[in-house]
Amino acid sequence: MSPNAIVFVVIKILVIFALVMLVVAYLTLLERKILAHMQIRLGPMFAGPHGILQPIADGIKLFFKEDIITKEADKLFYFLSPALSIIPTLMIFAVIPFGDQTTLWGLLKEPVKLSITELNIGLLYVFAMGGIATYGIVFGGWAQNNKYSLLGGVRAAAQLISYEVAFTLSVFGVILLAGSLNLVEIVDKQKNMWYIVYQPVGFILFLIASVAELKRTPFDLPEAESELVAGFHADYSSMKFAMFFMAEYASIIVCSCIGTVLFLGGWHGPSFLPPFVWYMLKVFVLMYVIIWLRATYPRLRYDQLMKFGWKVMIPLGFVNIFATAIVLILVK
Amino acid sequence: MITPLLKGLWVTFKHFVSKPITVQYPKARVGSFDAYRGLQAIRRNPDGSIKCVACGLCEVVCPALAIRIEIGEYEGRRYPITYELDGFRCIYCGLCEDVCPVNAIYLTKEYENVRYTKEELMLDKNALLKRGEMVK
Repeated sequence: MSPNAIVFVVIKILVIFALVMLVVAYLTLLERKILAHMQIRLGPMFAGPHGILQPIADGIKLFFKEDIITKEADKLFYFLSPALSIIPTLMIFAVIPFGDQTTLWGLLKEPVKLSITELNIGLLYVFAMGGIATYGIVFGGWAQNNKYSLLGGVRAAAQLISYEVAFTLSVFGVILLAGSLNLVEIVDKQKNMWYIVYQPVGFILFLIASVAELKRTPFDLPEAESELVAGFHADYSSMKFAMFFMAEYASIIVCSCIGTVLFLGGWHGPSFLPPFVWYMLKVFVLMYVIIWLRATYPRLRYDQLMKFGWKVMIPLGFVNIFATAIVLILVK
Repeated sequence: MITPLLKGLWVTFKHFVSKPITVQYPKARVGSFDAYRGLQAIRRNPDGSIKCVACGLCEVVCPALAIRIEIGEYEGRRYPITYELDGFRCIYCGLCEDVCPVNAIYLTKEYENVRYTKEELMLDKNALLKRGEMVK
């Protein structure tokens, strides 16, 4: 790799990191605003016009809060787990394509690909990193040595393992259709028709499983405020809590991006809008749906969660795979 | 099984597009309704003198013992030398307004009765007169 190329990759990483952090910050405001309006409230209104400075105020508050370390905590994992939950989530952005290629309106001589790397096992990498992020939560719940966090951690482990299976099964249909694990190739194959048309069941399974993977209502048992206080991050404060928080919101962005790439045709769309705008629009629609679900449904009971995961999601996933495969064989 | 889930989504979406009912309180005020019983005031005569004739009925009827009057006489007419109303003791029942034979004391619609010190709600004659309206 030439030094030039390395500089280029570093610039791309910095731009995407900054963009992700900005979207994470403003996603919190977006969520609060959407939830508020769904409850006929206004949400944050005081920090800046319509609360536009609220995420910055929250950030400053979290930064200056006291960093509590409980006496009973397992120090090593206590320090490690926030990082363990956010770093894999951020690493997923390495393979996510944000667009085809661009010359930045003629500023650059050669067109640049709008993804940091193009891995030919991109989707596998995404699931692997998502799996590693689970450890952050499980270790975090364990390391605090506190019964609520432990319960949260145990629940997180059980839930994430169950739904990881359904999550992976839900995208098999797309892999069969595209014949590739490379995310850019999958998007290219959707130039004429989005895969949501061929894979409606797959998309719904993906959406439900990703909400469960994100530990968000109606599947927010690991952090259930009303029973486990805050679950796996009960004893965390200050920036350690903020890292868990950022990891959660960054993974919302990841899931929305993956959903856009796999089912909604990525950056393809009618040509009256530029591709990147189409991409962002679809990502934000998926984010809105995830927040919308939170505003609508109550939390599931634990047995309902497990029953739904193993008896509905996984069999449906298998049926979807076999149906897709059979149709593909018949068509070919 | 699916229909109620979709119905729930429709309800939240309907609320999402409807106008919020929040009132931004310190910036915007709801106001009080017509029959609201708020902080008292005493009406003035057109010449600026107090309408109260110091009959003492309000002092007697007040269940919270919030009113204290000192009665004086000037050219054969009774008038209150002092008229003290403790806004913190008052329960805003409105009996003083009901019982007043000359319609001097009345309850306004003022509802923001929060003060920093107790003295600020110890209303004397001048304060009550200043708050009160002129009789036509």
